[in-house]
Amino acid sequence: MSQTLLRNSIPQAELMESGHLACPGCGAALAMRLVLKALGEKTIVTLPACCWSIIAGPWPQSSLKVPLFHTAFETGASAASGIKAALQARGDDETTVVAWAGDGGTFDIGLQALSGAAERNEDFIYVCYDNEAYMNTGIQRSSATPFGAWTTTTPGDAWKHDKKKDILQILAAHGIPYAATATVAYPDDLVAKVKKAKSIRGTRFLHLLAPCPPGWKSADDDTIQLGRMAVHSRVFPLVEVENGQDWRITMEPDGDPVGPYLRRQGRFRHLSEEQVGTIQAQVDARWEVLKRRASR
Amino acid sequence: MKKVIVGNHAVSWGVKLARAEVVAAYPITPQTQIVEELAEMCADGRLAARYIKVESEHSAMAACIGASAAGARAFTATSSQGLLLMHELLHWASLGRLPIVLADINRAVAPGWSIWTDQNDTLAQRDTGWVQLYCENNQEVLDTTVQAFQLAEKVNLPVMVVLDAFFLSHTSEPVDIPEAAEVDAFLGRREAELKLDVNDPRAFGALTRPDVYMEMRLRQQEAMRDVFAAWSGIEANWEKHFGRRWGAIETYRTDDAELVLVTSGTITSTTRYVVDRQREAGRRLGLVKVKMFRPFPTELLRRALAGVPRVAVLDRNISPGHSGIFAEELRAALYDLPEERRPRVDGYVVGLGGRDVTPDVLEEIIGLGSAPKPAGDPEDLWVGVKS
Repeated sequence: MSQTLLRNSIPQAELMESGHLACPGCGAALAMRLVLKALGEKTIVTLPACCWSIIAGPWPQSSLKVPLFHTAFETGASAASGIKAALQARGDDETTVVAWAGDGGTFDIGLQALSGAAERNEDFIYVCYDNEAYMNTGIQRSSATPFGAWTTTTPGDAWKHDKKKDILQILAAHGIPYAATATVAYPDDLVAKVKKAKSIRGTRFLHLLAPCPPGWKSADDDTIQLGRMAVHSRVFPLVEVENGQDWRITMEPDGDPVGPYLRRQGRFRHLSEEQVGTIQAQVDARWEVLKRRASR
Repeated sequence: MKKVIVGNHAVSWGVKLARAEVVAAYPITPQTQIVEELAEMCADGRLAARYIKVESEHSAMAACIGASAAGARAFTATSSQGLLLMHELLHWASLGRLPIVLADINRAVAPGWSIWTDQNDTLAQRDTGWVQLYCENNQEVLDTTVQAFQLAEKVNLPVMVVLDAFFLSHTSEPVDIPEAAEVDAFLGRREAELKLDVNDPRAFGALTRPDVYMEMRLRQQEAMRDVFAAWSGIEANWEKHFGRRWGAIETYRTDDAELVLVTSGTITSTTRYVVDRQREAGRRLGLVKVKMFRPFPTELLRRALAGVPRVAVLDRNISPGHSGIFAEELRAALYDLPEERRPRVDGYVVGLGGRDVTPDVLEEIIGLGSAPKPAGDPEDLWVGVKS
């Protein structure tokens, strides 16, 4: 997509200030900036413990120009339920409520509350920015950490031997009106999905891949490139699901091999060619399943 | 309007009269009737609240926290394990200065499974920064529930209304239910000074460094101190409207008493009966009921008990390795009295896990209370325990 088209598709107004506390090249910071652009100023964000608890800035500062409520680790979806209920009780049906959580707060500790809220079809947008480990506490494995990755709790030969949890499928299985994946590497796709989510009522779930240079052991200026490679190697396909049933692939990936994507990140440095082959097979198998689902 | 209702429904009626705007709740015995009745009230339109049927008590409190932060009047109810599950968020509600009201039915904690009453669930939340109000009868439950919202919103602290499992929760008593319009005159709509508002965007609960955290804690502590005056004002106003006043503590026949029994919850009613009976027999007995446990009414208790020779504290709870918790708190509160005015405080652990505390048990304690305690015995006596 050309620069002109991008400029036209992404709102100009900024709801995130400079001076935030993200690391250089942080995918999560860019994700927030883009999502808020798409949602506009009538938005309330609730934030369980995650990197963003720090990025947002210490009291009395805030890097966001929208109301922000810091909440406990496992309560993104439940706190958002309460905020929305209060707005409704006071006759405000317009303001968008967003729960903004990392992968730990979504895949792990917050999953129960999220499942409860999704089952009740609570009217908010839940955004999981996924940097694939507990990055804020210093790179520990989560159930979003991919097979093969090094983290501080999966060191040496004990690299993660378990597969990444398929969170989108879990959310889709709740039959929520809208669930989608996106990445900061494709801002037009991301913004379009956020706008679509905003136009729908009920629980909407966005799974955003947010590369993390310190945690992935990648270069600060490689965040966008890695996001693109994740999509085109089919490691992280861009999809959306309506009502838990209608699956659509929103960007046809080139089908590049996973090797170059993995080799570009220090967290996969230890992998043998054979292990890279194992990951390729996993990715291919998942892609076949997704393709079947999307073609129904 | 007088109605015969159980304690649980007295809570529901109080919440209805207070016009709670958001209710988030999860079932647990023996609290469930509270939220069932509220579900009925919401379903048939008697209460215009958003009712969130959450998947756990933890989420119930989180939803109340979110709702309260967004400016609504929020309520939940729980018991025992449910309250324990909420523990993390009880701190969050108080340090977040959110005026949530919670009703807890005092139920013993497991294992072994018990659904019967004791106070260890709420007393384990002693240091979470919640006001705690223990009730003795269903009228008090209804009044306190309504008043709790006003108190919470006045001082920006959450308030726990506490009642005994079954002895109150499932016991029917006649309750005078005030007219909605009268309560509206007493308690208006909540107007939060600060809230999540897109027209006034602020961040709440951000990273708080050592140079400011302590001051936030101090503000919380000051708010706790403000509770006494606020409560007193609320009660005076309530008395003017409805003719009833319960007090942070209640003193009963203490004037010339040689022995004062200190109680909370439904044990109080039994004790009042025993005090009357003993008075008839010429024994100079009195009673102090502690309704407000947090903030601890130290000054009121010093005034009520200074110069009393002997105090017997009845604790339906235990801090393992130490003593009954009301006794422990009372000893600390009275310690600064001059020695000649300082009562001897004897602690008695009774009624754990719903064991009956009968007049016989109390009379045994009264007998023990006037006997000299074995020298060097600092521990509470457990009464009504099988040998």
